[in-house]
Amino acid sequence: MEKILYLAHVDPNGALPKVALEALNGALQTAKGMPGSTLVIGLIGENIQAAADSLAACGASKIFGVSGKDFGMARYATDVKAAEAIAKAAAATIIIAPATSRFARALPGAAFRLKAAIDTHVSGMTVTGGALQVQRWYYRQRMVATLSRTARPWILVVDSGVFPVWQGTKGSAKVEAVALTLTDKEKRTQVTGVQAPSADAQTIRPDAAVLFVAGAGWTKKQADGQTHVKDAEQLILGFLKNAKASLGSSKSLVDQGSEGEQVLSFMSHLNQVGQTGSTPRHPKGFSTCCHGEEPHVVGWRFINERRAVNIDANCGWAQGKADVLYVADAFAVVAKVNELLAKG
Amino acid sequence: MSVAFNIVVCGSLVPDPLQTLEPIQGATGPALKNEMMLPSVLDPWAGHSLYEAADLAKKTPGSKVYLLSLGPKAKLQQLMMTIAQKVPFELVCVDGSASGFLDSGEVAAALAGAIEKIPGLDKTKLLVFGGCSSASRDAGTTMQMIAERLGVTDVFLGVDELKVQPDGSFKILERIEGGQYQVSACAGAPAVLGWATGNLPEPPNNPQVGMANMRAIMPALQKAQAAALKTDAIKFASVELPKQQRQTRIVKDMPVEEIAKEVVAWIRG
Ligand SMILES: Cc1cc2nc3c(=O)[nH]c(=O)nc-3n(C[C@H](O)[C@H](O)[C@H](O)COP(=O)(O)OP(=O)(O)OC[C@H]3O[C@@H](n4cnc5c(N)ncnc54)[C@H](O)[C@@H]3O)c2cc1C
Repeated sequence: MEKILYLAHVDPNGALPKVALEALNGALQTAKGMPGSTLVIGLIGENIQAAADSLAACGASKIFGVSGKDFGMARYATDVKAAEAIAKAAAATIIIAPATSRFARALPGAAFRLKAAIDTHVSGMTVTGGALQVQRWYYRQRMVATLSRTARPWILVVDSGVFPVWQGTKGSAKVEAVALTLTDKEKRTQVTGVQAPSADAQTIRPDAAVLFVAGAGWTKKQADGQTHVKDAEQLILGFLKNAKASLGSSKSLVDQGSEGEQVLSFMSHLNQVGQTGSTPRHPKGFSTCCHGEEPHVVGWRFINERRAVNIDANCGWAQGKADVLYVADAFAVVAKVNELLAKG
Repeated sequence: MSVAFNIVVCGSLVPDPLQTLEPIQGATGPALKNEMMLPSVLDPWAGHSLYEAADLAKKTPGSKVYLLSLGPKAKLQQLMMTIAQKVPFELVCVDGSASGFLDSGEVAAALAGAIEKIPGLDKTKLLVFGGCSSASRDAGTTMQMIAERLGVTDVFLGVDELKVQPDGSFKILERIEGGQYQVSACAGAPAVLGWATGNLPEPPNNPQVGMANMRAIMPALQKAQAAALKTDAIKFASVELPKQQRQTRIVKDMPVEEIAKEVVAWIRG
């Protein structure tokens, strides 16, 4: 009989992050697929009552909580302690949690303390013959495995975009507080703030419908023997604005900064997609001036529809990596696309 | 205040990302076809952390960098031919599989055990670096488990910057959602940091550094102990390559105007 704990933390504003509401659906689905199992909730944060109320109708039998000022910040030592305490209070055998940066940091430590197994980047969960199996990718999205474990507790950290967002009516929930005393050692780190990029450099938009990828071609010499970096900047920013797109980059383009070449002012390593970059999830991806080499394209695993513009008809995108490859000058194409998008 | 660190960088080898990988069923679970023959590179994020470690050691005299690698000895030896030329470090080698299909708990136990055995390591000055995630298992869980085994409670993941303040404390930037950084102040060592790309370019090869490193690397490889790694924690039902290969429509000689119309219709569609 599995005791399933759905574990989440709240945002600084007291709400649950979107990926947490997605993971809740995963937990509910798992509980439903395992007759005899029970589902409880665990919440961590400075103030968790509003989040608990928002989940009142989800069908869980109990809500455990660790709250207070010390748990408002995403700090490893206190998050590990909170997760461990809740899992113990719930006597959980399966713990399902969202892949936020906060939990990605803390839950592996909690797994160690609970003598639990842990799988992260879970991209699917199914119950077959009463047994839970999960999917996750190996070698940076290059192969997918279906696996199970007999060890309990088993922590599953579920990626975003795997389950739909849970929706339900608000109610009034009773939270069973799990009390914790912190040591000075656990407070050696203080989170002092969040550094957001300046408004015009805020190019990473995880919820955008389109990912626009810029490659190193934007800063290379063009047919006239010159580089056109300022034009490239204008065109890319124009596209992001008109299409409300998120900006991704190849490694070559972002590396130019540290190698002292001309760079796009709003581009940083955070934009990099691929083997050593991110693996964002967007319904559509539009690649420009990027060759489409394998270490880049592994980062497109969760981009459904893909189109590319490249002057080279033999670039990587032509090898079954994009749905459509336009063999054309991206400067001209993006200028025209921007014009049409701006017209509305 | 003068600070010096003992920086242990955990990083092993992964298949060169340009290689085609194919999963097979091995004797003890999934494996890669021709795994021992595949050219390998230093796990990229761990590599960035090695360059950051070397830079920090240079700025804080008296510091020392160790590179701790769990991998097949023979392949590590090959890898060292290039990595040793990058930055000064002392190699600590644990002989064993570098497979992504191993459970991170096993790997963390082997690595933490090896850290405990480093002669003369001052734990009050200890910084354990590594990648925020490997290019093999890609789990992002090993560093935290090492921290737990060593009793270190200050752990950071997705780090792009570590600045040592005049009082010896740290200012740390970690990647969080939406292209933002979480800024933390930490009282100082000991700490465990899983790095993202950091801010440094890959150092050029320096044959002198290579020669100095190599003198200690060969003995380290020779005395590498075999790790006892269990492989029964995970039951793999299948490991497959993604089936989807797209039928790319290659559009040549279409006027820019037409392409733009198609793209806009697709974006809006
Ligand atoms: C360990 C390792 C990790 C790596 N990790 C990553 C990673 O995470 N992400 C990543 O992206 N790469 C990664 N790479 C690098 C990868 O192999 C490629 O080198 C990189 O993706 C190439 O970037 P690019 O396509 O922008 O540049 P280039 O290869 O220089 O390609 C530029 C492209 O622009 C096109 N072009 C030029 N002008 C125009 C124009 N006017 N219109 C249209 N097209 C034009 C050219 O035809 C060319 O195809 C990694 C490599 C290694 C070894």
